[in-house]
Amino acid sequence: MKSDCEKVAAIVSRYSGNRDSLISILQDTQSEYHYLPEDGLRAIASQLDLPLIQVYGVATFFKAFSLKPRGEHIVSVCLGTACHVRRAPAVLDEIKRQLGMEPGETTKDMRFTLETVNCLGACALGPIVVVDGKYDGQMTPGKVKKVLRKYLRK
Amino acid sequence: MKKLRTAVELEQLRARILSQRDPNRTCVVTSVGTCGLVRGSADVAQAIFKTVSDLGLKDSIEVRTTGCHGFCEIESVVVVYPERILYQKVTPADIPVIISESVIKNKIIKRLLYPDPSTGRKVIHEQDIPFYSKQNRLLLDSNRLIDPHKIEDYFAIGGYSALSKVLFDMQPEEVIAEIKKAGLRGRGGGGFPTARKWEACRNAPPSDGIRYVICNADEGDPGAYMDRSLLEGNPHSVIEGMIIGAYAIGSHRGYVYVRHEYPLAVANLSIALEQAREYGLLGENILRSGFDFDIKISRGGGAFICGESTALMASLEGKIGEPRPKHIHTAVSGLNGKPSNLNNVETWANVPLIINRGADWYSQIGTEGSKGTKIFSLVGKINNTGLVEVPMGITLREIIYDIGGGIPNGKRFKAVQTGGPSGGCIPESLTDLPVDFDRLTEAGSMMGSGGMIVMDEDTCMVDVARYFVKFLTEESCGKCAPCREGLDRMLDILTEITEGRGKEEDIELLEELGDVIKEASLCALGGTAPNPVLSTIRYFRDEYKAHIREKRCPASVCKALITFTIVEEKCTGCVVCARECPQGAISGEKKKLHTIDQEKCIKCGLCRDSCKFEAIIVS
Repeated sequence: MKSDCEKVAAIVSRYSGNRDSLISILQDTQSEYHYLPEDGLRAIASQLDLPLIQVYGVATFFKAFSLKPRGEHIVSVCLGTACHVRRAPAVLDEIKRQLGMEPGETTKDMRFTLETVNCLGACALGPIVVVDGKYDGQMTPGKVKKVLRKYLRK
Repeated sequence: MKKLRTAVELEQLRARILSQRDPNRTCVVTSVGTCGLVRGSADVAQAIFKTVSDLGLKDSIEVRTTGCHGFCEIESVVVVYPERILYQKVTPADIPVIISESVIKNKIIKRLLYPDPSTGRKVIHEQDIPFYSKQNRLLLDSNRLIDPHKIEDYFAIGGYSALSKVLFDMQPEEVIAEIKKAGLRGRGGGGFPTARKWEACRNAPPSDGIRYVICNADEGDPGAYMDRSLLEGNPHSVIEGMIIGAYAIGSHRGYVYVRHEYPLAVANLSIALEQAREYGLLGENILRSGFDFDIKISRGGGAFICGESTALMASLEGKIGEPRPKHIHTAVSGLNGKPSNLNNVETWANVPLIINRGADWYSQIGTEGSKGTKIFSLVGKINNTGLVEVPMGITLREIIYDIGGGIPNGKRFKAVQTGGPSGGCIPESLTDLPVDFDRLTEAGSMMGSGGMIVMDEDTCMVDVARYFVKFLTEESCGKCAPCREGLDRMLDILTEITEGRGKEEDIELLEELGDVIKEASLCALGGTAPNPVLSTIRYFRDEYKAHIREKRCPASVCKALITFTIVEEKCTGCVVCARECPQGAISGEKKKLHTIDQEKCIKCGLCRDSCKFEAIIVS
């Protein structure tokens, strides 16, 4: 997906072209395109008058950013300590098996992207899986099929 | 909302708000913090609004949505005021009967009451629930009284009166002296005396007079979510604390750095900041005191290291979150090279409390070296999961058993992990340890931000150590060799041990590596990273030995060292497990004993989860 130079310019001007706001600019750009397209990064670097390597460095340092296009549905599995102790790895293994991929990957039909996150702060209700911002708590490997089915049917 | 021009106008507004509120008026409260939302409380809230509206009772029944009340285990929660009748695990389908029977006809709905775990008796009133009654909820209690989208609720409980007092009755040095007298120490993990930091920042050599006040809401420790709860549920307590701190330090610009994974906290904080500005409590010439101050929100990008002060400030400058050595502290040279005071969310929230009720009162709570209360997130293998606010000095045993209700399913307590990835595991033998900054450090752990993860006999301590090291290898910024290379090596060794390839000398090697990484790392991530490994070796050496010498995982967790087998006496041949098995590893005819083909078994556990007869065991 190519980014629109005008759209990126609008995002940068939202922050008055402030270099300090690079992370927020990248976050808004990712919200717009669901990932960070390469020419989007180039446009941001040019408009902020920063070396591309610095923008690239920030985009690859922080886990929130993806430089690859992501799927329609983002499946996030929490692997925080409380969830880990309640068998979150087993839940993740089951999701990996059902979707046929590793965390960080996207299905070939671009429907699902699988990610892991290191704590959502809802530890009381772990293990937690979030799909498209909707939280499912107290997950077990057995419940995975039912949760994914909702999105497979659509 | 009209801008308040003076402190007197603030008090007049407060009096007006209070006069319009009848404490005996019926109010139905439900919490819509993140935990509640996970359990469907958005739908519960919607059902309450709709039912009250449909019955034409909007004028006589108030409905309030609040942040997290802290007892996450029983969400969704509905509390009926003024009696404070608490209903637990409520679904939208329960709402019509709650409104018609309990709210209108004053009949208690017994099936929705919380049962006291020790007696089995149903508890009617919120304040009688042992989980709450044994805490000292100086900060968290306000969450049930406030709709975070309404600053007027915060005014109603006395909000911003501390700010008023500070701006007009106290000099900046007096504010610092009061915080010093109270003995407040940082709640983010470092435990550094707050007043000393404020003083250092105030006295830092003036450059152009610019100083920054920053709130660390990165809350990266997995398992900790107290800051989330405060920001979502009572953002003004943090804002007020920051304005007071800024006045004391001489700062006019503030930032709140919020973790990327907390969208609701960002949303509620944004609304609160906007409303504070509208009332003139932020911005220029606050309450005509001549003091200017405003706050901006900055979102994190999903990096644990950005909870470290210098990495956080680098991130605020739009750079990658790499820490720098702190030969010169950030209080002297921080954000953009200016003096910057960074404090944790909970630390800031304590400030209005101290100013309002006085340092003398505050310093009566807690121990000699650790004053006040601390909020812990009590999670893991515990009956009553939730946020617990207790005075410093309470013992771990009281927290885990009296408040936490002990371990579920009759399992045996094994350890409690405190301090996140920088902390350690504390065994059963030390549960009478009083919880304060210094005692926990002596035991090989630390207070940290307050995450308290309870583990039972089914938790493998070697697996826990490996989990933390893996987490830290992913979060390490990579700048210094001891952390970058050392943790990778530790992870290799721990992986070998959990997969049955551990060697006799591995334990000593881990100890040696741990000491070097602690001594030589650039920042506290590396400096404390070996703690989970070293503390589990210290208290659970036998488990390491079992993995290495006997290739056995005593807790039956490490996949490479366990087998799933079907118990002949219990198997009824119901075929359910065979159907669930994704690898087709279970065979057997109907009503006859089933068997698991160990070559095909991937140890996923789906069979054990689906067996209703407990016929599948792990050994």
